[in-house]
Amino acid sequence: MSGTLRNIYITALGALLLSGCDTVVLSPSGDIAAQQASLIVWSTILMLIIVVPVIVLTLLFAWRYRASNKDATYSPDWDHSTSLELVIWAAPLAIIIALGALTWVSTHKLDPYRPLDRIAEGKPVPADVEPLIVEVVAMDWKWLFFYPEEGIAVVNELAAPVDRPIKFKITATTMMNSFYIPALAGQIYAMGGMETQLHAVINKAGSYEGFSANYSGAGFNGMRFTFQGMSDTDFAQWVSRIKAQGEPLRRDNYKALEQPSINNPVQYFSAVSPGLYDAILNRCVDPGTLCMRDMMQHQGHKRSNTGEQHHDH
Amino acid sequence: MSELSTLIFGRLTWDAIPLHDPILIATFAVVALGGAALLAVLTYYKVWGYLWSEWFTSIDHKRIGVMYIVLGLIMLLRGFADAIMMRIHQAIAFGDATGYLPPDHYDQIFTAHGVIMIFFVAMPFVVGLMNYIVPLQIGARDVAFPFLNNLSFWMTAAGAGLVMVSLFIGEFAKSGWLAYPPLTGIMQSPGVGVDYYIWSLQIAGVGTLLSGVNFVVTIVKMRAPGMNMMKMPVFTWTALCTNILIVAAFPVLTAVLVLLSLDRYMDMNFFTNDLGGNAMMYVNLIWIWGHPEVYILILPIFGVFSEIVSTYSGKRLFGYSSMVYATLVITILSYLVWLHHFFTMGSGATVNSFFGITTMIISIPTGAKIFNWLFTMYRGRIQMDVPMMWTLGFMVTFVIGGMTGVLLAVPPADFVLHNSLFLIAHFHNVIIGGVVFGTFAAITYWYPKVTGYKLDPFWGKASFWCWLIGFYLAFMPLYLLGFMGVTRRMSHFDDPSLQIWFQVALGGAVLIGLGIACFLIQLYVSYKKRGSLRDTSGDPWNGRTLEWSTSSPPPQYNFAFTPRVYDLDAWWHMKANNFKRPTSGFLPVHMPKNTAAGMMISGISAVVGFALIWHMWLVAGLSFAALLVAIITHTFNYKRDYYIPADEVERTEAEFDRVRLANQQSEVVA
Repeated sequence: MSGTLRNIYITALGALLLSGCDTVVLSPSGDIAAQQASLIVWSTILMLIIVVPVIVLTLLFAWRYRASNKDATYSPDWDHSTSLELVIWAAPLAIIIALGALTWVSTHKLDPYRPLDRIAEGKPVPADVEPLIVEVVAMDWKWLFFYPEEGIAVVNELAAPVDRPIKFKITATTMMNSFYIPALAGQIYAMGGMETQLHAVINKAGSYEGFSANYSGAGFNGMRFTFQGMSDTDFAQWVSRIKAQGEPLRRDNYKALEQPSINNPVQYFSAVSPGLYDAILNRCVDPGTLCMRDMMQHQGHKRSNTGEQHHDH
Repeated sequence: MSELSTLIFGRLTWDAIPLHDPILIATFAVVALGGAALLAVLTYYKVWGYLWSEWFTSIDHKRIGVMYIVLGLIMLLRGFADAIMMRIHQAIAFGDATGYLPPDHYDQIFTAHGVIMIFFVAMPFVVGLMNYIVPLQIGARDVAFPFLNNLSFWMTAAGAGLVMVSLFIGEFAKSGWLAYPPLTGIMQSPGVGVDYYIWSLQIAGVGTLLSGVNFVVTIVKMRAPGMNMMKMPVFTWTALCTNILIVAAFPVLTAVLVLLSLDRYMDMNFFTNDLGGNAMMYVNLIWIWGHPEVYILILPIFGVFSEIVSTYSGKRLFGYSSMVYATLVITILSYLVWLHHFFTMGSGATVNSFFGITTMIISIPTGAKIFNWLFTMYRGRIQMDVPMMWTLGFMVTFVIGGMTGVLLAVPPADFVLHNSLFLIAHFHNVIIGGVVFGTFAAITYWYPKVTGYKLDPFWGKASFWCWLIGFYLAFMPLYLLGFMGVTRRMSHFDDPSLQIWFQVALGGAVLIGLGIACFLIQLYVSYKKRGSLRDTSGDPWNGRTLEWSTSSPPPQYNFAFTPRVYDLDAWWHMKANNFKRPTSGFLPVHMPKNTAAGMMISGISAVVGFALIWHMWLVAGLSFAALLVAIITHTFNYKRDYYIPADEVERTEAEFDRVRLANQQSEVVA
């Protein structure tokens, strides 16, 4: 579909939905979210092909065959018509085949785990551009973002350069949350001991809302942050500002940060202990705890060391 | 001494009474005063004995069906009170205003609202309808296991009772209606709320499961001679499929709640983050129950609409067999879609596409059903009575809800709409537009059969319009807010531009409240005017299925002679062939006897549940032993049946004939 055509449809649907509102989901600023919005519009149009006639026919038949209308045909025993029933089953089937195909293709194309191949329609990712890596931790009740390449960490604030792909690696400390920036891309769960991924790109500079979209207890309401799309130079300045302003995040002050807090303010960390994100993901920040990553291996070793009847090799 | 008191009272102390929350104190005062007034009225009119012997201990499927519906209505008031509290709160909690509910209370309310509306409103409604109608439609005198039926009802009521108790003793879960761990783990939710959730659902779940077994057996084994599977009324078909779903799905709920209990009570680690637990296992399991549950609720309602469309169009149902196959396809597919509730978990694209597409496929048989109702109306003579208005309201509303549902089944679209108010609008669209509209249609349609008089149409229409307009006002803004990126379960907002939509939604909720009020007024007005609304024919709508061949209300034994079925629309066929009621040759009717055992067992179960919630180990142990004793004692009750003598049957039948014929004549004269 051409971009103009898509924009026309989005505008049409927007108008339908009282265009004065800021429907960020339908008019986002990131390419992934924009494709998701256009998918919503196209799926809706496809379904309206069948929904509108059903609604119209319902009202039409109810009026036409009202009991007081003696002119209308009355066939009390007419209850079957093979050709009509074929149509009845075939019409929704046809729509679902079309929608199913659209679903299969779009689900694979917009799979959050799939690295981006374009930054906008008709703009492939330049060969020399590597994605920005952000490691996300949903905590009780705040967001912690690690920038491993920049060596910084931030609470409740996120920034990324415009038109550069971002790769989010997402986990949680205790509660399950959902990492969602509507202007950027669809959401994905943040779960303890597990890592999910999200690939996205922001195309317009600006300040956007991000939040947890999965209720996670008392402080859920305040689990919000701003996501800023900025130019490369602004981003570099933002990073250097954090490096200048913040204090380092070590395992000991991480333990303090890990304590539940509500409406936590933005916090900057100028440096990060090596492997901290990995330790959070593997639930072994406390010294002496066994990392989940090593647990299977550990048990395997134990068994082959002590179990005489095991012949693993 | 303190050890003994811990053994008896567990963690229950005076602090459990929420004296700190003025809203709860006021609620308690209202409930207590209202309850006391009700008890006083019942005592004043000396109806306790009547209620006990004719209703509470009754094992007549008709009485039990009515009790289910009454339970559903009472809980609807509670669930709606929660809804309006949330709507008011969200409409004012903007910027500096924090709203009137503390977050802690607000979180309990949205949890309780969901739990109550699904388990204790929608479920009692559909189970109650099946109870009343199915045996009559298949020409049976009762269900297969009448005592079990009574037990099922009281177990459901006991579960509802525990939820109500949580309002004033302790707290309810603050977890959302499906209580996902790790939030509901013992570390994160150490209080009694989640335990109230677990035990009320476990106790009610036993009732639902038993009732499912009961109806599968009833429908398979007790149909009147001649009624083969493809002559079964559509409502009975949908009831059969629903109960098959119940039997297959509810054990999963029981099992997953047992696992959660083991995590909470015995420090096991099924769903914890550490030690190999995995919360997503819970999420999978609960939706393996949860998605079929959606169809458990809606299938019988599809049946209701099928009966109503055909009756009020004065026409045979169009495409009966495709209706049946559509129901069966939905039944099977409902097990293959659960993952669409959490595409955002991060499964691969192929897994997500599979579940997305299976979900869409369900819309094919559902669409076929809608078309079948449409073509039943085509070339009919449509009487625009209240049940038909609900049906039309349903058809228009439900296709919109279906469309937004299919949209949510497209995984990349779900990524942006999941957990948003769009989702909330979608499932209220199908549950209110489907289950609630269908229940009111069914109540209006079968009311004369149950009570002997029709419902007053004026207040019925008022209720319908309030609900319909109220629904659109309350939920269309939520669709929009979903597109604006507003997520569910929020207790406070910063963006003032959203407020207007929450205020509109509040207006809609108020209108729905008026709809409920009109319905209650309708019940009262119709009772007052029952003389003029009386149905003496047993068949006020020119019905098609066997329940309309009995008197209104039907005699205790339903049918003096088991009818013989020759046609899908058995009663229509009998009328067309000048069916004459037998006037002699009656035989004594073998009937089951009332018993208080169902109430006893359920009451003790509630005590077991309460004791486990509060860790009252001694009480729990003793009451569990008492439960076993009560069950075993009941098995030694051999006086379970009696005969209604032939002459009494003859008198009852003659009386119905006399009133019916006298009225027919007076109608002819008039």
